Amino acid sequence: MEPVEIGLWGVPLAILGGAIRASTPFIFVSLGECLTERSGRINLGLEGTLVFGAMSGYAIAFETGNPFIGVLAAAVAGAIFGLVHGWICKFKGVNDIAVGIAMMLFGMGLAFFFGKPYIQPQAPDLPAIPFGWWSDIPQVQAALQVNVLFIFGAVLAVLIAWMFKSTRIGLTIRVVGDSTDAARAMGINPDRVRLLSTAAGGALAGIGGAYLSLHYPGSWTEGVSSGQGLMAIALVIFARWNPINCFWAALLFGGAGALGPALQSVGISEGYYLFFAAPYVLTLILLIMTSSPDRAMQGAPLELSVTK
Amino acid sequence: MVPQNKAVGSPAALPVFPALMPRAEAVLIPLGALFAGFLAFSVFLMLVGKSPIEFFSLVWMGGFSSAFSWQNTLSRVAPLVFAALCVALPARLGLVVIGGEGAIVLGGLAAAVAGTAVVGLPAGLGMALMAIAGMGFGGAWIGAVGALRIKRGVNETISSLLMAYIAIALFNHFVEGPFRDPASLNKPSTLPLDASLRVGDMPFIAAHWGVMAGVIACVLCWILNERTTIGFAARIAGDNVRAAQVQGLPVAKLVIGFTALGGAFAGLAGYFEVAAIHGSANASLIAGYGYTGILVAFLARHNPLAILPVAVLFGGFEAAGGLIQRRMDLPDATILVFQGMVFIIILLSEALYGRLRIFQPAYWEAR
Repeated sequence: MEPVEIGLWGVPLAILGGAIRASTPFIFVSLGECLTERSGRINLGLEGTLVFGAMSGYAIAFETGNPFIGVLAAAVAGAIFGLVHGWICKFKGVNDIAVGIAMMLFGMGLAFFFGKPYIQPQAPDLPAIPFGWWSDIPQVQAALQVNVLFIFGAVLAVLIAWMFKSTRIGLTIRVVGDSTDAARAMGINPDRVRLLSTAAGGALAGIGGAYLSLHYPGSWTEGVSSGQGLMAIALVIFARWNPINCFWAALLFGGAGALGPALQSVGISEGYYLFFAAPYVLTLILLIMTSSPDRAMQGAPLELSVTK
Repeated sequence: MVPQNKAVGSPAALPVFPALMPRAEAVLIPLGALFAGFLAFSVFLMLVGKSPIEFFSLVWMGGFSSAFSWQNTLSRVAPLVFAALCVALPARLGLVVIGGEGAIVLGGLAAAVAGTAVVGLPAGLGMALMAIAGMGFGGAWIGAVGALRIKRGVNETISSLLMAYIAIALFNHFVEGPFRDPASLNKPSTLPLDASLRVGDMPFIAAHWGVMAGVIACVLCWILNERTTIGFAARIAGDNVRAAQVQGLPVAKLVIGFTALGGAFAGLAGYFEVAAIHGSANASLIAGYGYTGILVAFLARHNPLAILPVAVLFGGFEAAGGLIQRRMDLPDATILVFQGMVFIIILLSEALYGRLRIFQPAYWEAR
């Protein structure tokens, strides 16, 4: 089909398409971090988990020829990273933020180390569902190619919100996140809950990474992530630890990330690097706007070290 | 080794060796953790079918065995020391600032641009202005992180890393746009510095003056921390902000001052990289020193004097990286894996402080 001339309308359309495409890693990492933080611990290492998930997902998908096995492998790898983080943090006197930084460097190092042979070969792509069939305009069709993982992420956001609200597991995580002492009094082992929450969060971040290498941008390189794992952590604060808000915030961040490429696609390339910085600037501004110097943040788990 | 005296009863009469044990804790635990990290990495190497003995002997060869390798190592020590100070100074106040990389690249860019503006001035004055430009931009960048923390309650770890990404984007924009030297075709760079503005090597030591500046900076920071009321106030604020506020300590000024000073040192790292190594600002400036500096600072337990030996050690590892890559056919990320492992084990060792009985005076009194 021939591209239809739609002029500057291409920019909002490309941003919409980009928001759907680029938001998926944000959705998974932020949901994972949300889960971990609701249990009262912060995992800053998800950037490393994301990159390692991207590498392992790509490598396994290439070796097996099945992208979904790749996604599964990335989730398992992410869970292992989460377990390591959770295990180290249970010791007294260990700073969870510093451990996150170390895990970030370690995860990236391991991913680059083992990922070297997979930079060249082409792994199978994750399937996408064409939601743009009703339109004749190819740009609209391209923008509405929705990946299965995006839909999975949207469903997961609703599921996690329901879990926190109405299930025993959700209540347990919330109690541990709000008061270690209360959890102990209830006979809950806070360390174990945090360990499992961090592992589950790591698994989700791993899936987000697999999306990066298996769908968009769709190949494994050392620059596959540009800080999404880190921005997603700020996004959770902005979303007030609410999974549904995480989903909407992820769409917003995805759209901001698509701004540069969208403008470039209609021929505006001046200041490319500055547009490239838009998501970071947006994150910082939102972080400044939603933080408060003198009162605890609304909705924040009380045991969380970043908000103390 | 001092013989262990079993007859000693009171703490006042403790012989030298046991009396030193509580203090030795601060040295022996990080050293032990460092060796545990070496061991863990050796296991990793064996798992991927490489020889740890070859690895560490190549580190020795590439980092420490000859005048040439020392030159390679020391050229990395200067940026590592400054980057580590950018972590260690805010850490005094309990802040975890990890965005030093941003201050390094912006400081380097500011110094390089200032270098093209000061042509015609006396060389000494021009160099001073370049260094001030680098320190000013670096200090403002990380100082802003501190100001956001104290005025708006923004988490400094996340904001500093976000600002590092923004700094690198700004750097790329200016180096490939407004400040690009039209003659730099393949590798966009700013205009090359005039030879009179380049920082040279020190006499007798094959290393540029930035290393000396790093040593002086560490000593000054140690004095600031341990021998001045400002450093004492910072430690109180780091231990307990509320108590410091009740005492009327200027917490906001301390936070902004310490973060800005740390950032200024990171900016100075950028200045020396430009003026002593690269000769202009280009992508080589984004070398990851800011991130290795975090590890150096944590391993040194944020003690400015301990930063020096740790920076030499990790400078050596980085200097040997190329040799290890070629001889052992390992990817360049090997050093990153090594650093990550050591970092994790160092943090794990934090759990040991006050736990090992051998370091407690009571253990020796009981003998």
